[in-house]
Amino acid sequence: MEPSSSTIEPAIGQSRLVSLSRLEKAPWWSLGLALVWLWVFYSILNVNVYHDAFVFISEGIGLTVRIAVSAYLIAVSLGLVLGLGRVSKNIVIYNLAMMYVEVIRGLPMLIIVLYGAYVVVPAIENLLTNFFPDLSLAGLDDSMRGAIGLGLGYAAFEAEIFRAGIQSIERGQMEAARSLGMSYAQAMRYIILPQAIRRILPPLGNDLISILKDSSLVSALAVRELTQMAKLNRGRTFLSLESYNTVAFFYLTMTLFLSMVVKFVERRLKIER
Amino acid sequence: MSVTGPIIQIENVHKRFGKVRALCGVGLSVQRGEVLVVIGPSGSGKSTMLRCINGLEFVDSGRVIVDGIPVTHATANINAVRVEVGIVFQQFNLFPHLTVLQNLTVAQRIVRKRTPVESERVARELLAKVGIPEKADAPPAQLSGGQQQRVAIARALAMNPKIMLFDEPTSALDPEMIKEVLDTMLLLVKEGMTMVVVSHEMGFARAAATRIIFMDEGTLIEDTTPDILFSNPREERTKAFLSKILH
Repeated sequence: MEPSSSTIEPAIGQSRLVSLSRLEKAPWWSLGLALVWLWVFYSILNVNVYHDAFVFISEGIGLTVRIAVSAYLIAVSLGLVLGLGRVSKNIVIYNLAMMYVEVIRGLPMLIIVLYGAYVVVPAIENLLTNFFPDLSLAGLDDSMRGAIGLGLGYAAFEAEIFRAGIQSIERGQMEAARSLGMSYAQAMRYIILPQAIRRILPPLGNDLISILKDSSLVSALAVRELTQMAKLNRGRTFLSLESYNTVAFFYLTMTLFLSMVVKFVERRLKIER
Repeated sequence: MSVTGPIIQIENVHKRFGKVRALCGVGLSVQRGEVLVVIGPSGSGKSTMLRCINGLEFVDSGRVIVDGIPVTHATANINAVRVEVGIVFQQFNLFPHLTVLQNLTVAQRIVRKRTPVESERVARELLAKVGIPEKADAPPAQLSGGQQQRVAIARALAMNPKIMLFDEPTSALDPEMIKEVLDTMLLLVKEGMTMVVVSHEMGFARAAATRIIFMDEGTLIEDTTPDILFSNPREERTKAFLSKILH
């Protein structure tokens, strides 16, 4: 056994190290950023043209958020299914999933949004009215059609993220689960996926931020979300600088805030190995 | 299910991994209550043979029959077979996202369909048996290697299997933790559990094995009792191997 003094010394040194790194990790940059943000916000509200632009363009926030959230939910759920398909041993499922991912990833997101809204959704509507003639999907407005298109596009990327997460879990985990008598599905649900999902929270969170930004593509459908409102404002005031600065401010506010939320969630769910 | 006859029957099995021949015509029969220790150099096929018993690997030809049920690709309910065969891995393979207690109860609940109360009772009993009841609510990462392996043993036992397989259970442990795991295994031997153990721990083999098997290059070379193997093995290759590892 080592003498007690030498076992105490490292402990003190360690705690000093810990407090130092916490100091370094304190987000000074975010404090600075918050101050800048407050200054910008204040300025916007006090300069007439900016104030105007702010009020006009802010109407688009609601739709932007709705589109982003809906698209994300579609992307993640479909992505999970596709991801499982990509690791499946069933040759039909594997190839179908593979085809979807490869094709969708090869197309520009704008094309997919347009395709989703003007081809896929009407096709599904036709299909559904054949089976359920009473159901009316005509109420699905353009913003949701755009969101569906966006969700279908991002699903391909989430599929790859899920696949990577699942494959990163060591074989021994699946072997242990199967050896206890669990079926493949049970092993996936109780053992593999819970671990995989915690591992891929960073890229999943990043894609939420990405989708928020790509919601601007839905402006191509003349939906009155943020980007469209910015364009309209420029149209009616001829003030490009003010319009686009304001909309940039909105987007940045949302993405930076989301970034912080994602980091927070990541930290809370980390598993010690 | 057969009440008489061997509980594990391996007949003339062959298995390749690509070009590598892992098992070449291995045959083996294990009766209930026997404790079989399998020794041999690495690459001899010991682990492969073990993993064929609970269907983690499937043989290319030959038969593997566990408790009367053949273990093949086509086995209708392979999960039912696996429930009866517990296995302990070299790398423990505990579930890191669950507590120690949950590691023991998860399979009980979703496979054996036991109630939460019953599974927890069984789990706590087993944790006490392997000597670490106080660690029930800890995540596995907080336990030492020896403790983790004992949890792994308890986890396998929680399913009340008929057979326990051990794939080099102490090879990944620091020397001072090997004894606690071997002692736990000795407890099982005393209770009459049918065990097949792949291990390099000769002390354990001498003390606990009813039979020792020596494998080399995918073939079963010798199959005798510990007394005979350690004092006067029949085969040359066995003698050569033993002279290298007994020091």
